[in-house]
Amino acid sequence: MSVAQATLARDDVMDIAIRHARREQGTMLLLLAPALVVVAVLLVLPLGWLVWQSFWNDGLTLEHYRRIATDPAYWTSFTLTFRISFLVTGLALLLGYPVAYAALKLPPFWANVVLALVVLPFWTSVLVRAYAWLILLQRTGLINEALAGLGLIDQPLELAYNELGTIIATVHILLPFMVLPLYATMQKIPGDLVQAGASLGGTPLHVFWRVFLPLSMPGVIAGTVLVFILCLGFYITPELLGGGRVLMVSMIVSRNVELYAEWGAASAVALVLLACVGLLFFAASRLISLERILGAR
Amino acid sequence: MRVSIPSLLLWGFVGLVLLYLIVPILIVMPMSFSDARFLSFPPPAWSTRWYEAFFTSRNWMAAAQTSLLVAVLTALIATPLGTAAAYAIHNSTSRLVRSLQIVLLMPMMVPIIIVAIGVFFVYARTGLLATRAGLVLADVMLSLPYVIIAVLAGLRGFDMTQEMVARSLGMNRLRSFMAVTLPQIKASVVTGALFAFITALDETIVALFISGGRYQTLTKRMFTALRDEIDPTIAAISSLLTAASFLIVLLAGASRRNSDA
Repeated sequence: MSVAQATLARDDVMDIAIRHARREQGTMLLLLAPALVVVAVLLVLPLGWLVWQSFWNDGLTLEHYRRIATDPAYWTSFTLTFRISFLVTGLALLLGYPVAYAALKLPPFWANVVLALVVLPFWTSVLVRAYAWLILLQRTGLINEALAGLGLIDQPLELAYNELGTIIATVHILLPFMVLPLYATMQKIPGDLVQAGASLGGTPLHVFWRVFLPLSMPGVIAGTVLVFILCLGFYITPELLGGGRVLMVSMIVSRNVELYAEWGAASAVALVLLACVGLLFFAASRLISLERILGAR
Repeated sequence: MRVSIPSLLLWGFVGLVLLYLIVPILIVMPMSFSDARFLSFPPPAWSTRWYEAFFTSRNWMAAAQTSLLVAVLTALIATPLGTAAAYAIHNSTSRLVRSLQIVLLMPMMVPIIIVAIGVFFVYARTGLLATRAGLVLADVMLSLPYVIIAVLAGLRGFDMTQEMVARSLGMNRLRSFMAVTLPQIKASVVTGALFAFITALDETIVALFISGGRYQTLTKRMFTALRDEIDPTIAAISSLLTAASFLIVLLAGASRRNSDA
């Protein structure tokens, strides 16, 4: 075989390989297509329409956005939503970290028990849990009756139909979203690193602080971002446990649509909320991969 | 294990957190067997009247039927769509597919109320409002990310060269996937299907906007009932739903253990 022939043959092979790779990519896109069409038609398309609506009121306008910036009612709702989300995320981290840590340290059987107890509420209906918290927290609820029965209180405590009740129930719903990524990250921390820290003379607390905690930070970020973002968009829990007094942004959106048919205003509020969520995801994806946040990895 | 004061504090704290997680979903069960019109604990007398109220109410039964049918259909549709998408994401090297993956995960990231008004907008123009097909389609969209994530996790633990071997021995892509890959990632696919089922069963907000007339879901009825008054019938329904989720966690666990063996 001459040099020229050999070159030709190599080119042919390359050609075939490239064509094969192209066809392969084509097949993959084809497999992706049905799912993509569903999401595109039901989510991406209407999002585009929302953008359009938010700038429209008998002509192009920034009026809806101006109102959000100036009307104190919107301002109140956004600050309330962020305050609740901060509190819920902080509490979830405070409660969730030790649980994930304990699941890691326990013998396999007990670790599985702990994880099952975390996962069980995760699979239970959000409505059922809101109902359960109403049973527990309302004025004639079990907690108030128990406290009164013990003679600890004369007046029932206002635990439900306010911000407190909303936060208690929201943390309950979002806690598994904190524990699971934390546990997944902790599991990957090599045990010898912790042992090495100990053998170098660190006290357990010191080793935890200097070695374990920093290594668990990806899990902390994933859990924190996930819980915060989910909380920003919460609807059912504040609606049922807030007693109409805890107007989170989601509820402003739905009231604008349901009560006032104000699609322009609803769209603008929805897009501001979506922008907050998107920015947070973007900021977090600079630190860790998006898939990690969503539990894909 | 060495028992020290810090570790005792840790276990105590963890125990309390676990109680906080579990007690609320367990407390509903005894309440559902109470004879009382108003909720009190422990119940003054036991009865199954709230279960009877549920099972003999035509409205509740219709809603339960709608919810179950929609959830089953959603799982049947979302699982193959999500599995195909996860397979493509896993085997693709192109940047295009990477960015499309983010679109597929969007239903999980966009606040549900925004999804709800978006779906409402599409349905109002296509005649899908207040239909079962509309409910199924919306729930398929919402559950796709969960199926994709579950199946992707399975594929990452699977050695793709096995499928290549099958193909080099003359099987086509579909057959080699069915015969070689699928049996080994079965647990993840089952988990994905269960996720789709439970997502559809639990979905409330989108149903609030798009279901109506003859086809209302159980959760939509529950939500409106809860907004008005705390009806003990809800305790019976809640207990049944909780029992269903216990069963699903067991199923998911069992399918995982089978695949380990």
